[in-house]
Amino acid sequence: MSGGHSTYTPTTGLGKWFDARMPLPRLVHDSFVSYPVPRNLNYAYTFGGILAIMLVAQILTGVVLAMHYAADTTLAFGSVEKIMRDVNSGWLLRYLHSNGASMFFIAVYIHIFRGLYYGSYKAPRELLWILGCIIYLLMMATGFMGYVLPWGQMSGWGATVITGFFTAIPLVGNWIQELLLGGYSVDNPTLNRFFALHYLLPFMIAGVVVLHVWALHVVGQTNPTGIEVKSKTDTVAFTPYATVKDAFAMILFLAFFAYFVFYIPNYLGHPDNYTQFDSLKTPAHIVPEWYFLPFYAILRAVTFNIGPIDSKLGGVLAMFGAIAVLFVVPWLDTSKVKSARYRPSYRIFYWLFAANAIFLGWLGSKPAEGWYIPAMQISTIVYFGFFLIVMPLLGLIETPRKTPNSITEAVLEKNRGGSGHPAGATASPETKG
Amino acid sequence: MSANDTIDPNRRDFLYIATGTAAAVGVAAAAWPFIDQMRPDASTLAASSVEVDVASVTEGMSLTVKWRGKPVFIRNRTPAEIKAAQEVPLAELKDPVARNANLKNDAEATDIDRSAGEGKENWLVMVGVCTHLGCVPLGQQGDFGGWFCPCHGSHYDTAGRIRKGPAPENLAVPAFQFISDTKIRIG
Repeated sequence: MSGGHSTYTPTTGLGKWFDARMPLPRLVHDSFVSYPVPRNLNYAYTFGGILAIMLVAQILTGVVLAMHYAADTTLAFGSVEKIMRDVNSGWLLRYLHSNGASMFFIAVYIHIFRGLYYGSYKAPRELLWILGCIIYLLMMATGFMGYVLPWGQMSGWGATVITGFFTAIPLVGNWIQELLLGGYSVDNPTLNRFFALHYLLPFMIAGVVVLHVWALHVVGQTNPTGIEVKSKTDTVAFTPYATVKDAFAMILFLAFFAYFVFYIPNYLGHPDNYTQFDSLKTPAHIVPEWYFLPFYAILRAVTFNIGPIDSKLGGVLAMFGAIAVLFVVPWLDTSKVKSARYRPSYRIFYWLFAANAIFLGWLGSKPAEGWYIPAMQISTIVYFGFFLIVMPLLGLIETPRKTPNSITEAVLEKNRGGSGHPAGATASPETKG
Repeated sequence: MSANDTIDPNRRDFLYIATGTAAAVGVAAAAWPFIDQMRPDASTLAASSVEVDVASVTEGMSLTVKWRGKPVFIRNRTPAEIKAAQEVPLAELKDPVARNANLKNDAEATDIDRSAGEGKENWLVMVGVCTHLGCVPLGQQGDFGGWFCPCHGSHYDTAGRIRKGPAPENLAVPAFQFISDTKIRIG
């Protein structure tokens, strides 16, 4: 898509001067103004832009919060309370930041599920997908470390449990855990390094985002039909079409975000985290932040030894495996058809998978007892089954519906059936040069 | 160009390999301090032993002390608890090893080898950290009347042995000794 030559023509003297020396305005123009996007993108495709704005918002609020925060076990909890009570607008900035993390994850989950629905990971977008998975991993690390900083009970015990994952590794596990903690348990060295890394990782995310957008602009966006752009009539210019659509979605999303910040700022948090960390007392029921819950359920689903792998290592492997499997999705799905719109069976499995993922999250918030345990085990099997069995096999046995010849044809077809727009441009058979 | 190619290995090859080797060694040597600084520091390592007075811990009572930033449970067990633990056949245990730092690595997880030993069977000293993912189990709870970890549902019996749930090992018994009848040194 970006293969076409640049249409940027500087008009002012300053513009020409810049263009000859460092053509940044040209890059911006080519990437976000004249850049062609498929004409049939729906609102599911606006979450990339929403994620970009959330990253910027998190960095902004995070940097100013860091000006008031003290990364020391004796001061951290108090300094967060000071932000809430004494710092001017501190309550707002902290609630924006803590709820912003949740909004970031809501947006990323919709973004990922959109990709799974429309087959956005298929060739030639494998690398684009993998870069996205890396961003997701970095987000999880950042979110986890950020949650430790207020130094509440959930902070400290969450850190204990998550660093405890590494003790499951044979031989070097304890050494690695001590390396991460800087001691035998979660203490001041842990808090210090987590703060440093929590500040660093968002910038690494920003770096990978640049690669993600770069890769996107090389291969072009997918669209709800899953058919590649074939001619000029298949696309519209990024500005104003995508710009306005993205901006409108952002405003709606920010309104949703604001509702949480102003009306239910602690809804997604845990009351236990307003109690200072006590290394001798574990809260009765420890749970991670909501966005980790499905993985937490998978971790706890393995309650039995599998051959030489004990239940602890098994749980940790299953949990990391649940994330790792995302990286190979482009090669697990054998179907040639990208969009679930033309894959009737996949669509059913897809929604089952989505419902199962939410169920896993709900189970993750429940204690590991009673019927929850078998439910977690079944749900875990369904999770892996979708990727490892359904994806490879369905592509071979499913008969997809007939796909339209082009995006334009699909759009015109839809308009003819519905709102009765006059048929404008017809699909031109020429392929994009 | 062909003149250079005849001398093999020539000066440029040598420089290339020598520079590459020096760079690789240099990067490795420079990387180590960056990893090493993350390990427990001298002050953390120094706080390695504590002495505890257990005179006030009567039968059926427990005490939790902090050692290396972790809780250590000291329990004066009741005869019923000891009896319950003694009656468990070793074959029934998920982890048949004593995990007692005062004994050999392969000692069996009999009740006596989990406790403070002959004559002090009533005393149980254990690191109060669940061997699953490091939460602090709650005392005198769970299916076996011992300890129960609220995080992921591991049940330990009255000798601190894992009986049910995801934890792989018995609660660890740290190196400790009675330095008098009523004083324990841990570490």
